[in-house]
Amino acid sequence: MAKVTVDGIEVEVPNGVSVLQACEAAGKEIPRFCYHERLSVAGNCRMCLVEVEKAPKPIASCAYPVADGMKVFTDSEMVRKGRRGVMEFLLINHPLDCPICDQGGECDLQDQAVAYGLDKSRYLEEKRAVKDKYMGPLVKTIMTRCIQCTRCVRFATEVAGVPELGATNRGENMEIGTYVEKALTTELSGNLIDICPVGALTSRPYAFVSRPWELRKTDSIDVLDATGTNIRIDTRAGEVLRILPRTNDDVNEEWMADRGRFSFDGLKRRRLDRPWIKVDGKLRPTSWSEALGAVAARLKGLPGERIGAVVGDLVDAEAIVALKDLMGALGSRNLECRVDGAAIDASRRDFYTFNTGIAGIEEADALLIVGANPRLEAPVLNARIRKRVIAGGFPVGFLGPRGLALTYGHDWLGEGGATLRALVGGEHRFNEVLRAAKRPMLILGRGALRRPDGAAILAAAWKVAAEHNMLQPDWHGFNLLHQFGGQVAPLDLGFLPPEGGAAISPSIEALWLLGAEIDTAAIPAGAFVIYQGHHGEAAAARADVILPGAAYTEKDATWVNTEGRVQHGRLAVYPPGEAREDWKIIRAASEVLGHRLPYDTLEAVRARLAEANPVFAGRGFAPHGCTERTGPAGDAAAVADAGFAPVPGSYWQAEAISRASETMAECARVYGAAQIRLAAE
Amino acid sequence: MALSDKDRIFTNLYGQHDWRLAAARRRGQWDGTGGLIAKGRDWIIEEVKNSGLRGRGGAGFPTGLKWSFMPKQSDGRPHYLVVNSDESEPGTCKDRDILRHDPHTLIEGCLIAGVAMGAHAGYIYVRGEYYNEHLVLQAAIDEAYAAGLLGPNACGSGWDFDLYVHRGAGAYICGEETALIESLEGKKGMPRLKPPFPAAVGLYGCPSTVNNVETIAVVPTILRRGAAWFAGFGRPKNAGTKIFCIQGHVNKPCNVEEEMSIPLRELIERHAGGVRGGWDNLLAVIPGGSSTPLIPKAVCDDVLMDFDALREHKTGLGTAGVIVMDKSTDLIKAIARLSAFYKHESCGQCTPCREGMGWVKRMMDRMVEGRAEVAEIDVLEQVTRQIEGHTICALADGGVWPVQGLIRHFRPMMEDRIAAYKAAKGSPQPTLPMAAE
Repeated sequence: MAKVTVDGIEVEVPNGVSVLQACEAAGKEIPRFCYHERLSVAGNCRMCLVEVEKAPKPIASCAYPVADGMKVFTDSEMVRKGRRGVMEFLLINHPLDCPICDQGGECDLQDQAVAYGLDKSRYLEEKRAVKDKYMGPLVKTIMTRCIQCTRCVRFATEVAGVPELGATNRGENMEIGTYVEKALTTELSGNLIDICPVGALTSRPYAFVSRPWELRKTDSIDVLDATGTNIRIDTRAGEVLRILPRTNDDVNEEWMADRGRFSFDGLKRRRLDRPWIKVDGKLRPTSWSEALGAVAARLKGLPGERIGAVVGDLVDAEAIVALKDLMGALGSRNLECRVDGAAIDASRRDFYTFNTGIAGIEEADALLIVGANPRLEAPVLNARIRKRVIAGGFPVGFLGPRGLALTYGHDWLGEGGATLRALVGGEHRFNEVLRAAKRPMLILGRGALRRPDGAAILAAAWKVAAEHNMLQPDWHGFNLLHQFGGQVAPLDLGFLPPEGGAAISPSIEALWLLGAEIDTAAIPAGAFVIYQGHHGEAAAARADVILPGAAYTEKDATWVNTEGRVQHGRLAVYPPGEAREDWKIIRAASEVLGHRLPYDTLEAVRARLAEANPVFAGRGFAPHGCTERTGPAGDAAAVADAGFAPVPGSYWQAEAISRASETMAECARVYGAAQIRLAAE
Repeated sequence: MALSDKDRIFTNLYGQHDWRLAAARRRGQWDGTGGLIAKGRDWIIEEVKNSGLRGRGGAGFPTGLKWSFMPKQSDGRPHYLVVNSDESEPGTCKDRDILRHDPHTLIEGCLIAGVAMGAHAGYIYVRGEYYNEHLVLQAAIDEAYAAGLLGPNACGSGWDFDLYVHRGAGAYICGEETALIESLEGKKGMPRLKPPFPAAVGLYGCPSTVNNVETIAVVPTILRRGAAWFAGFGRPKNAGTKIFCIQGHVNKPCNVEEEMSIPLRELIERHAGGVRGGWDNLLAVIPGGSSTPLIPKAVCDDVLMDFDALREHKTGLGTAGVIVMDKSTDLIKAIARLSAFYKHESCGQCTPCREGMGWVKRMMDRMVEGRAEVAEIDVLEQVTRQIEGHTICALADGGVWPVQGLIRHFRPMMEDRIAAYKAAKGSPQPTLPMAAE
C-alpha cells in the first residue's frame, strides 16, 4: 500500500495503481478522454494532467504510478492551465456541430468543455475536415469530430480481438480507420459507440432519432443471447429507440453484443398485436373474448394426455410457470421446452448451466470448448475468454469446425465425436494439458446436444470434466453454453415431459405453443394449435388461435441466463395493440377454461415461481463447487464420429426478433459475405 | 586554444583516409579492445562516469549514469543496446560523417557499451535517408565479424556480441528513444509513456539503453586514453570534445571536432571562416540544432558552447548543429519553416502537439506576412506555453522553443512586420468567415 496525499486528503492505495485512481479514491474527479478502465493506458489525450510535488512538469495521471508519500494537486494553477490548454487544443479542430450531433447531451467533450474549458475561441485559422469512414452497418462515423483518443483502436484490438482499426498518417493528419475501408468483423462493434467520448462513432440506426434527455430509461435484461447482458432500454412515446449495456462486472462488464443492441427495430415489425382466429382455413382478426372462447370450446373436455404445450427460447419464467400450472390443471404432462431438440438432462441443475460463472472464467487455467462457437453464441462471454487468454497461462482446446476465428489462439483438437471419445479415453495430447491444470473448465455448446447422440455427448463431456479435476468441492468447471435468454428458466421449472414422453405425439389434439417456433410438419394434422407469442412466423401461420404476447422489453419478467443467474427485466414500453403480458394471458385463459390460476399479481406469480423452484426466490448467481460427481444419463462411449456442426443460420438473424429487424437484415447481408470469405481463407 | 590534432577522437571525420578496418586499425581503433573489456563492466561504467561524458544526442544526460540504470543481473530477459542513428534534426549531420568515414569507432563503441550493460545484441537504427552511409556501416560490421571483432567471443574477450543495422523510414519522431524502440519493433513510431523507462522495459519488453552514435563512438578512445584525459577538455560538467556542425551564413560550413566550452565566436571564425560579411553582419544563431531557441548577436559575442552556458541564455547545446544567420535572413520566415517542419513531424499522439503544432505553424505563416494583430503575438506565445511540457515526449518542446526564442529576442521585428502589412493593406481580416453568427 502507498500513502498518497491528494489535495491534502490522505488516501491509501495499492502499490502500482495510477495517480488517477488514487485521485478517484480521494474523491477528486479527473477529466479524461483516452483513459478507460477496461482498456490499456494510452496517455495521449493529456486531459488528466495533475501536479505532483517536485515534478517540474504536470504529469498524465492515468499513466503515472503512485509512489509512497506522493503529494498530488488536482486543482493548482498549473493543473488548471494545463487542462484549459488541452481543452482549447481539442476544440480548435473539433467541428462544434453539437446541435446536429447525436452525441449531444452525453458527450464527454461537451461536458468537460463546460467544466474545464475556456468560454471563447482564439483560433482564427481554418479547421480540419476529415473524410468519414465506412465501418459497417451499425457504426456511423463523422470523423471530423474525432479527437484521436484511440479508445476505439484499443477496444477493437484488446477486447473485441479484431485488430482491424488503427491510425494512419501522423500529426494533425492522423486518422482512425481500417486503412482499406470495410465493415469491422466483430459482433461487439456497438461498444465502439459507447466508448467513443465524442460524436465520431455514433449509432447508425439511432442517427438523428432523439436526444438523451428525451428518453425514458428502463433497466432490463437482454435475452437475445444467453449471456444475460444487463441493459438499459431507452424509450420515448412507447417506442424503444435504443438499447445500451449497463455495467455488471459479473456478467457483461460494460459490453454488449450487437444483436441484442441493434435488433430492437424488429420489435416493431411483424408483430402479433391482436388476437386472430382461423375460420375456414384463414386467419382473421378477432377479439380477446372470442379467441379465448375458441380455446375454451376446444380444450374443455379434452383429456389431458391429448393436450401438449411447448415453450420457446425467449419466454420469461412467469409465463412458463403459469402455463405449466394450467397444463397441470388440465391434466397434461406433455410439456417441452427444448425446441431445438437438444438432449439436455434437467435432472440436476449443474447438468445444464454455466457453473463456473462468467466471471469465473478469469479464475480458470485451462479451457476445453466442445461443439460451441462462443464468439457467435455469446460474444460478450467470448470477450471474457479472450481477456483470460490475454492474461496468459490459459491453454484453450477446441473441438469443432477447423479454422474458426474465435479472436484468440486455440488449439484445434478435432472436428468432433472421435476426438471427444479420445479425450474421454484419456489418450489425447490435450488430456495432459487438462491434467496439469488446477482449475480447468469445459464449455459444451448446446448446439452439440442437438445430434441424435446428444445424450452421449453430454455424458462424455461430463466424464471429461470429472476425470480432469474440473469437479471439485470449490470449483465447478462443467459448463453448458445456451444460446438464448429463455432457455434455462423452463429447465429450472421442469417444463419437460416425463421420462420417455413427448409434447408432440400423433395422439395430440390440442397444442399450446408459447413463443415456440417449431417445425409445423411435426404437428399432427387436425390438431388445434394455440400460438401465443410476439412475432408471427411459420408456427403462428399454422395456429388456429393466435394470442398476442409481449416481447422482452414489454414485460416485468424473470430471466435466467446460461449461468443460472436469475435476473429481472422491467417493462420499458407497453405491448403493442391488444397484446398482453404472457402470464396474464394464460391466467385469463385459465379462467375461461374453468381452472382459475391462483395468482392475480406479479408478486403472486413470483411467489409461485419461488415455490416451484427455490432459485427464483433470490436473484443473481451463487458461485458453487461440485458436490455430486455422478454424471447425466447417457453412454459416453456411444458418441458418433461425426464432427460438430457450426452454428446453423446467421448470428445476425438467430431468433424471431432479429429476423424481423431491418438492421439485422443489413448486417446479415454485409457480414454474410465476409464470413464466407473468412472461411475460405 | 583549439583542440590539437593529437586529441581528436574522430581522425577520419573528413573521409580523407580509408574507412575500412585495416586503415581504422592504423588510426588506433580496435586497439586492445579485448583488454578494455577484460577490465569488466563496472570499470567501464565508472570510467565513463569519471570522464563526464554527457549524451551527444541533444538532452545531455550523463552517459555513465544512464548505463548504470541497466539491471546488474539479468532476470532472464536479454539486455539490448540500441544506437540512435536516426539523425534527423535540421542542422545536424555529425553522425552521418561518423557512419560513413569512421564507422569502426561506432562499432567498437557498441561492443564496449554492450559489455557495460550486459547486452549481447545491439541494434543501430540508421535514418532511412542515410542509404549510402548504412551500406558503409554494414560493410564495416561485416569486416568486423570477419576479423572476429564481433560475433561469438568478440575480440577474444569471451563476450558474445551481435550487431544489427536497421534502417528507418524517414520519420523525425523515430529519433525519440521510445519511438525508435517502437519503430524497431515494427510498430508505428510513437513515443511510449515513461515510466517504465527503457532500462526497465525497452526493446521487446527487455532492459535496453538507447544512445546516440557520437556518445557510443567516443567511448573506446575515452577508455584507452583515460577518463581524466577526456574530462580535461571543457568546463566542469561539460567535459570532452564534441563534433560541431557549422552551417548557414558562414564562409566555410563544416563539421569539426572541438573542445567543449569553446566560445561560439571562436568556433565560427576559426573553423568556418567567419560569418558571411563579417561578425557584425551576424543576426542570430541557432546553437544546437533546430529545436533550440535562437540567440541574437549580442549573446553570440561571448557565449560558450556547452550545455550550461547555453542554458543560462534559455537555449541549449542540443546536437551542436550551429545554424548561423546573417542580416539578410528573414528570421520570421526561417522560424516559420521550422514550425512547418515540426507540424509535419508530430506523431499525432498527444493532443497539445497534434493540434497545437498546426496552430503555431499557421500563425507563424501569417506572422511572416504580417497579416495579424500585435496581440496575436501574445496568443502565439501562450499557445507555445500550452504545448510545452504537456506531452509524452520532447518533440513538442523542441518544436515550440524556436518560436519562443523568436518572440523573446525579436518581438519588435514581428511588430514591425505587422505594422508594415497594415500600412500597405489595412487591418487583416479574420481568415475564417463567421457564418454561424
